[in-house]
Amino acid sequence: MTATSEPLGPGAGLPAGTPGVSAPALPADTLARTRPASLWRDTIANILRQRSADLGLLILGLLILVALFAPIIAPFDPNKPLLGVEQGLIKRAPPCVHLLGCPAAKPEHIFGVDGNFRDVFSRVVWGARTSLSIGFAAIGFAIVVGSIIGGLAGYLGGWIDNILMRLMDVILAFPSLLLAIAIVTAAGQSLTNALLAIGIVSVPIYARVMRSSVLSVRESDFVTASRALGESGFGIMTRRILPNSLTPLVVQGTLGIGGAVLEIAALSFVGVTGDLSRPEWGSMISIESQQLFNAPHVILAPGLAITLTVLGFNLLGDGLRDALDPRLNR
Amino acid sequence: MTRFIIRRLLVTIPVLFGLVFLVFALSRIVPGDPCRAVLGERATDAVCDDFIRRYGLDQPIPVQFGLYLGQLSRGDLGESIKHSRPVTELLIERLPTTVELTVWALLFAIVVGIPLGILSAIRRNSPVDVGAMVVANLGVSMPVFVLGLFLQFIFALLLKNTPLSLPASGRLSAGVEVMPLVQVWGLTGLTGIPRGILDFVSGIYTFSALITGQWAALLDAARHLILPAIALGTIPLAIIARITRSSLLEVLGQDYVRTARAKGLKERSVVIRHATRNALLPVVTVIGLQLGALFAGAVLTESTFNLAGVGRTLFEAITGRDYVVIQGFILIVAVAYVVVNLIVDVSYGFLDPRIRLR
Repeated sequence: MTATSEPLGPGAGLPAGTPGVSAPALPADTLARTRPASLWRDTIANILRQRSADLGLLILGLLILVALFAPIIAPFDPNKPLLGVEQGLIKRAPPCVHLLGCPAAKPEHIFGVDGNFRDVFSRVVWGARTSLSIGFAAIGFAIVVGSIIGGLAGYLGGWIDNILMRLMDVILAFPSLLLAIAIVTAAGQSLTNALLAIGIVSVPIYARVMRSSVLSVRESDFVTASRALGESGFGIMTRRILPNSLTPLVVQGTLGIGGAVLEIAALSFVGVTGDLSRPEWGSMISIESQQLFNAPHVILAPGLAITLTVLGFNLLGDGLRDALDPRLNR
Repeated sequence: MTRFIIRRLLVTIPVLFGLVFLVFALSRIVPGDPCRAVLGERATDAVCDDFIRRYGLDQPIPVQFGLYLGQLSRGDLGESIKHSRPVTELLIERLPTTVELTVWALLFAIVVGIPLGILSAIRRNSPVDVGAMVVANLGVSMPVFVLGLFLQFIFALLLKNTPLSLPASGRLSAGVEVMPLVQVWGLTGLTGIPRGILDFVSGIYTFSALITGQWAALLDAARHLILPAIALGTIPLAIIARITRSSLLEVLGQDYVRTARAKGLKERSVVIRHATRNALLPVVTVIGLQLGALFAGAVLTESTFNLAGVGRTLFEAITGRDYVVIQGFILIVAVAYVVVNLIVDVSYGFLDPRIRLR
């Protein structure tokens, strides 16, 4: 979005961040051979120039691979207790890594064993699936519903705008985690309801983002032109206004998924996501939270996994914002 | 200015009304039989009929909402089903713990976060800056309860039997007590609202022990607060440090700062007197916004550190399906949040004259 709005002068192909490069008068044939600036190439180059975005992409890329290939990476079944399967297994046995001097005769459990004789590493690996899919689903839901509400409010204006946005204010008036807890307790304690609750409490953010971008382009000339050409309201919304709102939605959404991962862990920790025995990071901590002093590894491992995931989304979100927000290109 | 305040107040009223309605609606969409959801599957029909009549559940929904509003206007939040006590009484007993924890966490976040942000900004791209921002990024990414457990592990287990050892749970050590204000001041005969207020203040141990000079108890209460306050305050600290840094960097680039430097002012005075003052407005906004997150975080911190505050009560109410308590507590927290935001909004009006005109 940012690249197209800038005048395509002779310096347009240069990275946006290089200040003070005054375009020298180039001969005509040199100009012709310069590759034309492309929106997508510029955007991706801009994003990759952000160190935090690179680090975030690296962390998230690894996590997504772990989530996708969980059945291959995890050495044990995340749900089946190893009691009776493995000789001499101790409950909440500390980590055993062969490379770090654990006798090769003992089976390897790099994050140790939990209170139900299950391999913690396998559970953390499978947990990546749960956390990432819930994070994406909850924020996807919030973005879709939020954009519809914000789009309608901004485009139609008047009393509809007023009612919809006051409703959003009411939801924002609650601390989001508390409202999510309230929704889950009312609707029934399960992971699906927790996902929906997190989605619902996140809707107002996206509705606001969408509404403000609709307001900023609604009166612009290219929208007026499409209207004059007879385009329908729906067409204007989806083809003219939505593309202009994508940047803030994507930035907000990336940061939002990190927040959703934190919230789902918190809801599990509080114990409102139903079955706590499934491999899910928050549940793993919740069940073993009393065991901190005698078996810290059962809490440290999922705790670090949550932190790493959220860190990945935060770094990527910050990087995206710096790369895509034209106001920050100083 | 008065018009600005009045306008903000008027905008708040529909939001408060909506809040009450939402909390009411949530308590009425509980699937299935409300009586058996609360009293358990084995409740007899006779008991249930009585229950439904007592809570007005046989009335049409609009009438129920009217009854609920009437109840609220009398300051009555209902009676806890499990404890058989008024919810307001529970609040007076449990809310001070949460208020105390939240205030200390916020103080920690402000006192450490703002200087850290300033230092990062004036030493931009130095190891101090990079280090501070790495810590800030980790700080916002770690769940409150994970950080709380980590801190317990370090200070209560690894550093046990050293001077740095800190208690991992509870508000006071065994045998230590903070005498309530009504006893210290000999007002035990007091009843009603004044009594409620005094009991509430007594529950804020560090404050009541300070004003009545109970030094040993004050020290003990403060020691118990350190770890939970750090756990809860770290996320806001990270956010405050980041905002302070970026806001100060922006201000330092402005012309009047250059003028101040050109006049030959000491760098210290330029940064502190000229730049920081103007850079703090967005920081105030963020501090206001953090309060909601702090209330929510307090729920998690309390269950991690075994503190009997609003969060723990809510936690117990959720497991025990005590809907009256859930409803009352969430309503109070949300109203507190709206009021705090109103105060923050109005305070901008004082800090920045441009806002009043909007």
